[in-house]
Amino acid sequence: MHIQPILAALRKHKAGTLLIALQIALTLAIVCNALFIIHQRLAHIAEPTGVDESNVFVIENMWGEQYNKQQAAANVEQDLATLRNLPAVQDATQSDSYPLSTVGGSDNFITLKVDQVEPTTDATVYSGDEHFLHTLGLKLIAGRDFRADEVKDAGQRDVVVPPVTIISKAMADKLYPNGDALGKSFYSMSSTPVTIVGIVETMQRSRLGAWAIPYAEQSMVWPIRDASPLGVFYIVRAKPGQLAAAMQEAPKALYAANRMRIINPKDGLMSFAQVRRRAYDSDRGMAILMGIICVVLLAITGAGIVGLTSFWVGQRRRQIGVRRALGATHRDILHYFLTENLLISVGGIGVGIVLTFGLNLWLVTRFELGIMPLTYVLSGVVLLIVLGQGAVFAPALRASRVPPVEATRPA
Amino acid sequence: MLGYYIDLAVRSLKRSPGLTLLMILTVGFGVAASMVTYSVFRAVSGDPIPWKSSQLYVPQIEMWGPKGHGGAGDNGDPPDALDYTDAIALMRDHRAKYQSAMYMITPSVVPSEAGKHPINVMGHAVFNEFFAMTDAPFKYGSGWGAADDEQRAAVVVISEKLDQKLFGGANSVGKIIDVDGKDYRIVGVLNKWAPQPRFYDVVNTGGFTTNADDLFIPFMRAIDVSMANDGNTNCSEIPAQSGFKGLQLSSCIWISYMAQLDSTADAKTYKDYLDGYAREQQHSGRFAWAPNNRLRNLHDWLDAEHVVPTDTEVSLLVAIGLLVVCLVNTAGLLLAKFLRRSNEIGVRRAIGAPRAAIYAQFMVEAGIVGLSGGVLGLLLTGIGIHSVSWVLPKDIANLAHLDFELLLLTLVVAVVSTMLAGIYPTFRASRVQPAWQLKSN
Repeated sequence: MHIQPILAALRKHKAGTLLIALQIALTLAIVCNALFIIHQRLAHIAEPTGVDESNVFVIENMWGEQYNKQQAAANVEQDLATLRNLPAVQDATQSDSYPLSTVGGSDNFITLKVDQVEPTTDATVYSGDEHFLHTLGLKLIAGRDFRADEVKDAGQRDVVVPPVTIISKAMADKLYPNGDALGKSFYSMSSTPVTIVGIVETMQRSRLGAWAIPYAEQSMVWPIRDASPLGVFYIVRAKPGQLAAAMQEAPKALYAANRMRIINPKDGLMSFAQVRRRAYDSDRGMAILMGIICVVLLAITGAGIVGLTSFWVGQRRRQIGVRRALGATHRDILHYFLTENLLISVGGIGVGIVLTFGLNLWLVTRFELGIMPLTYVLSGVVLLIVLGQGAVFAPALRASRVPPVEATRPA
Repeated sequence: MLGYYIDLAVRSLKRSPGLTLLMILTVGFGVAASMVTYSVFRAVSGDPIPWKSSQLYVPQIEMWGPKGHGGAGDNGDPPDALDYTDAIALMRDHRAKYQSAMYMITPSVVPSEAGKHPINVMGHAVFNEFFAMTDAPFKYGSGWGAADDEQRAAVVVISEKLDQKLFGGANSVGKIIDVDGKDYRIVGVLNKWAPQPRFYDVVNTGGFTTNADDLFIPFMRAIDVSMANDGNTNCSEIPAQSGFKGLQLSSCIWISYMAQLDSTADAKTYKDYLDGYAREQQHSGRFAWAPNNRLRNLHDWLDAEHVVPTDTEVSLLVAIGLLVVCLVNTAGLLLAKFLRRSNEIGVRRAIGAPRAAIYAQFMVEAGIVGLSGGVLGLLLTGIGIHSVSWVLPKDIANLAHLDFELLLLTLVVAVVSTMLAGIYPTFRASRVQPAWQLKSN
């Protein structure tokens, strides 16, 4: 296929050619960036929590009476005993927060030295008892679980810095990259050191905002029983396959044991699937939105190419007839239009690549999006070339069927 | 003449229904995508109190020093809330027209009827000037007075919703309710009031929230009865002492603060006062650093707190990009469509139509495509806004709504942008040489 005559013909349709090329360039820039956003969000959603998600649910229990620390702690223990006695329940624990909760609990600065100004990392602190790991299904990979006698009661805003902690592997690796974190200690916004007695494989943070991205999976459990006068989260692990039954039994049993509590009918009782959904609501939404925009954009660009090529084919019926009469085959005509589109696409893509990186760079500085890897641009390029060739195929096929006799007809 | 052009345009559009449909779909989708995202953006970037947002200010004081800086995204700003010491000092000095320190509370309210479950409500502990400052609308009664703040009186302002729940919507002023086990006298009932974003306490509410404040009690009263704070508590170090008392003595920040300053001169004076206060603290040895304070008006404050979610901004930008592509596409299709009719143009020109007439004819045609695309866009925008709650988080999606302004904007954007896209194709059409066209036949 000779490119020269195609270029010559395109020069006669400068405006149309430029418009299609511009459209391809813009489409490439937007689609690449949108795909990148989708990928980032999906990767975020796919991060593991370490929790036995299919069997765990959470009850947000608020007290309807004013309790002091001892009363609150006693009530929590009594409620946990009630929950653990239920037939569909495997185990239950209490905390001020839980992975993906987005509410409650705290995030602490972590330092390795007591007088360090710049923190080494930032970690979510979960208060948990000796049932915490088992209830959530967290996998202990080194060290030990808490002993019952290590767990201390803490009321609202009580300053309790425990001597021991269980941390996530991600946090252990961050603090002690040589893999020897077990038995070592660190400081958590206080001058009392905390010693690492256990390491769990994965334990996601409670909050996942953009600020927390550099601190992904940095979290730890402190041996604390949450005796806050406000309330407490009960985390319950149902026996396999009995989640629905357990979720039905649990609030009833709690209310039967003590009426003076508030379990919000709206979101006081949530399966972990619901927790996950709530935590990733905006990420999922953004991915869907970007997906819709990509599909619409590609459809419009594809349709635009079909429309304009059809027009060109209609306009050139006579020339096609002449070429056919002079001996060009069906295949030659088909190739002509496919190549023409390829040339326009390549031109558009050239501009598009520059636009793509420009847009990405701008999103990075304005919205801290992250630098796009080259693979996105490459897949975007392939996508658009395939789209262009696919869109042009039907009109090109029609062009190739133009009979040589057209040459004799007036335009 | 216009009637004739419209007739011509409709005939022409009917002649190539495929291409026409394609253009209408393109315009429709492009406009709808940008309108749906714009409706969300409009909802979250709106001014919650436009008549006085330029008079409301939020002070920030550097109470952590260098320890509070150096993290990711640090821009040298002091912390965005106040600790107890500074909040109380600012309240005591009382330098603004109106001011209030406030913190979020979630007490339980126990209905008087036996056997009913207690209910958990959200609210704020505030000073008496809060109501005048925020123009909170009262249905019954009013806020409490300065004397009530001083005496730490057990008074409460409740929401219409709570009034409905407890008293069936009757005027409950003077009645007593049980908040966290203690009796409070109702002094006022608010009308429905849920400004979005919750401008008076962005730090603790996150700005947009589906939860409304159901009660307000005097700040010092809440402190007296140790009513725990909800929302965010940020500390640069763990407090030295336990409990709510320990929190009050610590440098942890958990209190929002707002002041009303009627003129920029007042604001300047107030900023000088803040700096003077910080210098005093430096001299007394509490701060080991020079003053680094901010005093932002509400608009700048919402901006600084990034109340508009970045996702909303990115979505709007991407959708506008989509609209631009749609227009480029429409321009290409219009160009093809118009130039195909070179013959017709040639004939019209040859029998005396001036260029302006050709211009008018084709701009009318572009306008009709735009209008049809706009009508389709309206439909799609309606569908989009209704299904946006399926995609976006509830507290934001619920704010997006379709109103007359948006309807009109959809149509205007569709028509204007399509006509813009039609300018070049029309220009080309008007340049058609009559002689050339007639000859080639």
